[in-house]
Amino acid sequence: MTPGRLSFFLLLAPLVLWLGLLIVIPHIDMALVSLRARVAPGEYTPSLQNYADFFTQPLYLVTFARTAIMSILATAITLIIGFPISYYIAKIAKGRSQASLFLMCLIPFWVSELVRTFGWIILLRETGVISGLLQWAGLADQPVEMLYNDSAMMLGLVYTSMLFMVVPLTTTLESLDDAVIEAGYDLGGNGFSVLREIVIPHAMPGIVSGCIVVFMLSLGNYLTPTMLGGKDSLWFTQLIYSQFIVRFNWELGAAFGFCLLGASSLIVWGMLRLTGQTLERTMGEGS
Amino acid sequence: MIPSIPQPRGVRLIYKAYVVAFFLWLALPLVAVSVFAFNDSQFPSLPWEGFTWGWFFGDARPQIGLFHERRILSSIWTSVFVAFWVSLLAVTVGTTNAFLFNRYSFRGRGFLYVLMLLPLVVPGIVLGISILIFSSRVAGTVQDLSGLYVEALRPGLPLVIAGQFSFITTIATLVISARLIKFDRSLEEAALNLGASPLTAVRTITIPYLMPALVGAFVVAFLMSFENFNTTLMLVGSDAPLTITMFDRLKEGSTPVLNAVSLLLMVGSGVLALVMISFQRR
Repeated sequence: MTPGRLSFFLLLAPLVLWLGLLIVIPHIDMALVSLRARVAPGEYTPSLQNYADFFTQPLYLVTFARTAIMSILATAITLIIGFPISYYIAKIAKGRSQASLFLMCLIPFWVSELVRTFGWIILLRETGVISGLLQWAGLADQPVEMLYNDSAMMLGLVYTSMLFMVVPLTTTLESLDDAVIEAGYDLGGNGFSVLREIVIPHAMPGIVSGCIVVFMLSLGNYLTPTMLGGKDSLWFTQLIYSQFIVRFNWELGAAFGFCLLGASSLIVWGMLRLTGQTLERTMGEGS
Repeated sequence: MIPSIPQPRGVRLIYKAYVVAFFLWLALPLVAVSVFAFNDSQFPSLPWEGFTWGWFFGDARPQIGLFHERRILSSIWTSVFVAFWVSLLAVTVGTTNAFLFNRYSFRGRGFLYVLMLLPLVVPGIVLGISILIFSSRVAGTVQDLSGLYVEALRPGLPLVIAGQFSFITTIATLVISARLIKFDRSLEEAALNLGASPLTAVRTITIPYLMPALVGAFVVAFLMSFENFNTTLMLVGSDAPLTITMFDRLKEGSTPVLNAVSLLLMVGSGVLALVMISFQRR
């Protein structure tokens, strides 16, 4: 073996060990577990029962659909709120204020998601700051509970994932030459048509990678729905958690895990296909 | 809508107001958490009962500050321990990955590269349960065959480290690759021409060049590990890292000691971020 080949295999080994032992084999094992049913303690038979349960029990299916729809909604809201901010940072702010605005976007995300969620709890709950302010201002005559409902949860999801939208958007918008926008106006475009025909097409890679990451983070989120959501806003990850930790039904939990993985892969793949991007390019730019 | 294209003043003002409102919204929960860390009350909520340092340094009931609360202190150390090992492993494997993809073209390279990116698009909770299932199968098999009870394969810190490492390594690889791509190979060749062995050339030329990326990847990995929740939740045993402990405490109902911990976390990660930025500038 030549030294070049030896060092190649030495470099290959950690990659293969990492991906094999922690990603590929565990997922295959999870698939196997999801495809079996327990007939007696310690005895299993191959079966599709877990997936059949998933598709026939309304609670599971409804929770799954709800989680997917709410995640899409959260992604859309994050995009709509984040786009003007990214545009402002990339195109309107200049020099030092540009750098510091960008940094200010990052700061909240250096702290744990738990701390951010805790912040919203302090603000929104019945004895919280906003309720107190409303009473003080005379707009409410008793404590107002704003926590434990879908809007609070949505607020939390959007807040938590904002960074992952703003950063890729700002990066792609910065690479748009001002002269192109000016040319659009010179050719008789107005603000709206320039936005639709020049700015948005140029920003597409950033929009795609932002949306993919935000969607995935929302779909797989556990903390925000648990802390801010109400009794009715059950999230699919909570079902997985309860099957694993509370009911100890790993077979069904693994099947749920695969459904979650399937949904998230499907949407990521669909968005990549729809916009002609690849995972390598999207992830390479996003970081 | 760029400075060189005139816009009505009203539009510009509304836009500016929107940006200001956005940043206030970003800051609002963090400010709320920080302020109530100093409230002299049993609850992190209004009314304001006066300023106190008690939730940091208090040592008697009802105000036991975070520096005298054993459960919180020990979970901070647990988090530091986990984050240190995760970052060390992730940076090491990230470096070898970066060299592999940068220096060699081989069959299956594209496939392995996509596979390397995948941990980023797998939900954290799914990573957690898949590792949990696999490790307990291995533990079960080992026990059946040899009768040994392998503690490291049951939920606990080794599994938490493995779970976080499984996706943080991807990020470390991307950070380190981004700098390695910009490296001028002729510098290494010069070292080889001057008689250095390949390993010496990499150690004395390439690694120092990569240092800012290595430090950056370490800090990012450390912070991501410290604040990870989803994967950790599925793999945690009796020693809980800080995020899990805080989550349990929050469910029980909280005292401002959690605000104090949160403020400490913000200051800590801010300092780490500054360290990283100053390293990047060099």
